[in-house]
Amino acid sequence: MLARLGSLLALVLVWQVAAHFSNPRLLPGPLAVLDAVAAQTASGALPRALGATLARVVAAFALAMTVGSALGYAMGRRAGVDRWLDAPLVVLLNLPALVIIVLAYVWIGLNEAAAIVAVALNKLPNAVVTLREGARTLDVGLDEMATVFNFSAWKRWRHVLLPQLAPFFATATRSGLSLVWKIVLVVELLGRPNGVGFEIGTAFQLFDVATLLAYALPFTAIMLAIETLLVQPFERHAARWRARPA
Amino acid sequence: MPPAGERAPLEANVVRKAARSAQGVEVEILRGLAFSLREGEVAALIGPSGCGKTTLMRILAGLDRAFEGFARRPPGVKVAMAFQEPRLLPWRSVEDNVRLAAPESSAQERAALFAALGLSEHRAHYPAELSLGLARRASLARALAAKPSLLLLDEPFVSLDPPLARAIRADLARLIDAKRLTGVLVTHDVDDALDLADVIYVLSARPAHILGEVRIETPRAPVTAQRRAALTAQVECLRG
Repeated sequence: MLARLGSLLALVLVWQVAAHFSNPRLLPGPLAVLDAVAAQTASGALPRALGATLARVVAAFALAMTVGSALGYAMGRRAGVDRWLDAPLVVLLNLPALVIIVLAYVWIGLNEAAAIVAVALNKLPNAVVTLREGARTLDVGLDEMATVFNFSAWKRWRHVLLPQLAPFFATATRSGLSLVWKIVLVVELLGRPNGVGFEIGTAFQLFDVATLLAYALPFTAIMLAIETLLVQPFERHAARWRARPA
Repeated sequence: MPPAGERAPLEANVVRKAARSAQGVEVEILRGLAFSLREGEVAALIGPSGCGKTTLMRILAGLDRAFEGFARRPPGVKVAMAFQEPRLLPWRSVEDNVRLAAPESSAQERAALFAALGLSEHRAHYPAELSLGLARRASLARALAAKPSLLLLDEPFVSLDPPLARAIRADLARLIDAKRLTGVLVTHDVDDALDLADVIYVLSARPAHILGEVRIETPRAPVTAQRRAALTAQVECLRG
């Protein structure tokens, strides 16, 4: 934790020094950005944009993780399902994010549903691949044990499968959150009237780097907080049985 | 064969069981292996390593259905198994492992089992903190806590030190008689078989079938050293 704070502090210092030697319009210093953050917060624009973007991130992430995990699990467990879905998966994996976003807006319309589906579709193959890997490594011996002792479907899920899949969920979450929020910004830039992506688009047109950073950095901080306060404690909890080897 | 009218808790007739090896070659594992057990009867299977005993146990447990023949248990027969490897859930404590497999066991029953198996201090430990011997005992505790009517034990006493193995064998023998448990025990050790079984089936090398059987007239009762030696000699003779 201390090392993490120290490295962040060093980064701010480097930024300050770099800003000192360059054009303040191109690279404003940390204090100038802080001023912009204060101004945007006072007007209420920044919190509104953060809220809108965060809502999209949560919705798209939940959708992609739910569908992706179910598909990945099915593909990892059943070779037949894998054979049928592997080719579409590879296509989706290699389709540029921009193409998916534009097609979603064209086919579904310039609305919230299209935005969230577009982001979810970009994250989906990543969740599928990770959970498929997880499902392939499931322990057959424990499965047989559960069968012999007549475990109910719920008990099997909760006590046999979920603990084995937890590291894969954590990996998919970690890579997923950063991917999703970056794509949400593009989606907002291209077809939404609010959110961090929209505000950054406006700041870009005005060449206002201070405002641009004032929107980007708080959101990065929120994602960092989610990673530190939610994802890492979940991983530690899921791995507590590994912590004390004999 | 059981008397007419009484359904045997376990009736197996494996005409043929083959499996494909990693190289893609079909290997015959079991051929023409049939036996049945009455209620309260324990069979011990003795045979060379790799002859297919574990395959047979998986068939008896209902885990493997890809074979010619049948393995019948009357409906309602509750099966529990101690696998050759402990197969404990690594992310659950010893107590939770037992409780999950035997939800209707009471806390006192579990405590008594842990005490009998020398596990009392380890009930809150995770399996990774146990030695292999302790983990095997936990797996045995799990099978017994489930209060099965058919108990399948695949080499349950390997890697236990001899005095403890003897103590657990004695406990198990009492339990089998008290609860009229039907059981199948895979073992390498003739002493295990003599202490626990009603009948010892000696199996051949692959494809495994029954070479012969040795019946013990007074199962799970003390026998004289001579009687023991005579029974051991019979088994060794069948083993060839």
